Amino acid sequence: MTTLSRPTRLPARRGPRRGDRAFAAGTRWAGIAIVSLLVGIAIVLAVESWPAWRAFGTGLLTGTTWDPTRDIYGAVPFIVGTLATAFIAVVIAAPVGLLTAIYLAEFADRRLATPLTFTIELLAAIPSVVLGLWGIFVLAPLLRDTLDAFVIAALGWIPLFAGPSYGFGVSTAGVILAIMILPTIVSIGREVLRSVPAAQREAMYGLGATRWEVATRAVLPYARSGVVGAVILGLGRALGETLAVTMVIGNTDAIPTSVFSQGQSIASKIAVTFNESTGLQSESLVGLGLILLAMTLLLNAAARLLVARTARGPRR
Amino acid sequence: MREDPVEMSVAAPVAAPPEPQREALPTAPSTVPGGAPLSLAPPAAGIPGAAPATVPAAKIEIRDLNLYYGPFRAVRDVSMGIAANQITAIIGPSGCGKSTFLRSINRMHELTRHASMDGQVLLDGVDVYSPEVDAVDLRRFVGMVFQRPNPFPTMSIYDNVVAGLRLGGGARKADLDEVVERCLRAAGLWDEVKDKLRAGGTSLSGGQQQRLCIARALAVDPEVILMDEPASALDPVATLRIEELMLELRGRFTIVIVTHNMQQASRVSDFTAFFSMGEDRAGYLVEMDRTARIFTNPREKLTEDYVSGRFG
Repeated sequence: MTTLSRPTRLPARRGPRRGDRAFAAGTRWAGIAIVSLLVGIAIVLAVESWPAWRAFGTGLLTGTTWDPTRDIYGAVPFIVGTLATAFIAVVIAAPVGLLTAIYLAEFADRRLATPLTFTIELLAAIPSVVLGLWGIFVLAPLLRDTLDAFVIAALGWIPLFAGPSYGFGVSTAGVILAIMILPTIVSIGREVLRSVPAAQREAMYGLGATRWEVATRAVLPYARSGVVGAVILGLGRALGETLAVTMVIGNTDAIPTSVFSQGQSIASKIAVTFNESTGLQSESLVGLGLILLAMTLLLNAAARLLVARTARGPRR
Repeated sequence: MREDPVEMSVAAPVAAPPEPQREALPTAPSTVPGGAPLSLAPPAAGIPGAAPATVPAAKIEIRDLNLYYGPFRAVRDVSMGIAANQITAIIGPSGCGKSTFLRSINRMHELTRHASMDGQVLLDGVDVYSPEVDAVDLRRFVGMVFQRPNPFPTMSIYDNVVAGLRLGGGARKADLDEVVERCLRAAGLWDEVKDKLRAGGTSLSGGQQQRLCIARALAVDPEVILMDEPASALDPVATLRIEELMLELRGRFTIVIVTHNMQQASRVSDFTAFFSMGEDRAGYLVEMDRTARIFTNPREKLTEDYVSGRFG
């Protein structure tokens, strides 16, 4: 038997397809490179901060004092500052951003929605140092004299809302962060809502639903995992944002006791201190960096878990 | 005002008991109480199946309806009646405006961007496009089942059925339980899902999902059900179930079904309207008659060519 005379026009196999192989290898290495970068950063942070971990153990994570004169370093004031500012930012930006996204995706005329979305995305292009300056000269005094004064008068008996407000503090940083993460939540939220199939809207309309009911009962539930993702992306940015926060948070190395307290986030602490620190303080600051990285990863993982759980829909 | 401008009725009208009108739709004087009789052709002598004595009253009457997408006219000058509690099939080649026409009956057409219309769609003699009619209310009377099953994926089977009842404020739990069972039974789905009402609506097979969608449409207690190729995404067995279901619902609901499947139209419908596309690409009604007649002895050559498979 020979293969000399082929009965079919089907060509003989010509060996491996080199292009495919090269492409597969290229994509694989690109993926590996990114993961290694993340691992590498974590390793460098761990190695560089090793002396601090050896000196304090978990005390670096759980210590409440940051005192260069006694060379005692604990991260809790900055962890609290970071979480508090990011939390305030999300509490403000998530509802405002999602309502805006719903408006843009479901209610606004498309001729209006596109330029509006573009304008909102421009917000993200404002350099954070400019926002920080605006925070110092406009937002901080404004909040101190209006909203802060009002909240303190009304709710000041609750320790969380106790005064006084200096304008510079955790709440002002949270407001600045809310402005910074709003474009993310709006533009991703809009895309996610727009990707909901028209059949879902029509199904709800067909039952006699109003536009509001269609948006809240058909579109939003269908898109919920993407909506949560939009908020998570915003949260990630809020956790790591440095400069604008540094400029308005008050830069005090103490655990904030009220939303109006002056405080410090991990990122802002590193930014203001790293240049003039040496020895154990410097190593502890690198340790702060590692803690921030871990916090971001943990929150992202938790959010993904949440999304995966809600995306599964009702119980089977 | 509401003088009948079109000679709708040539066949002898049959005195049908007037439909009690619901409160949500404003009543308007109709020239013919209880709805105008269907506009069918005069029965040609000697042709069976066109006996005027069996022509029922029209639940819906369409007069000079034109439907547009922007400047494009998708449906041109349609006038026809849809018999109460009967099944009316709309057949025709792709792109002839069947679905557009169907969606104009419960004002889904206007949800499409740049869509517009003129003409009248009378439901029990009331023009559903008149300013006194709210499209949101209308759609509770005129429900819809779509081409692809579209249950709400984040809701359970139970919640899918009562989704319409939960609109516009609360509904009592005990009432809902009763509605769920009644509608799922009516949709022929109860025995298959009664033990997993809390399971996701999308965990069902395609055919079950479509029956769930029918149960969902029934739950808001409509008078008319529009079906836009309800079985075209289903396999033959599931298709058969949907057709059986339609025949069970016949007599209680006025059903309008758009279908590509001529066998389906001939199997389930009492009346068939044949649409075609003009040279301006606008769909128009070629003729409408009893289904038996459309498929055996239509008046128009075009209809005969289509139902015999010579084009389309």
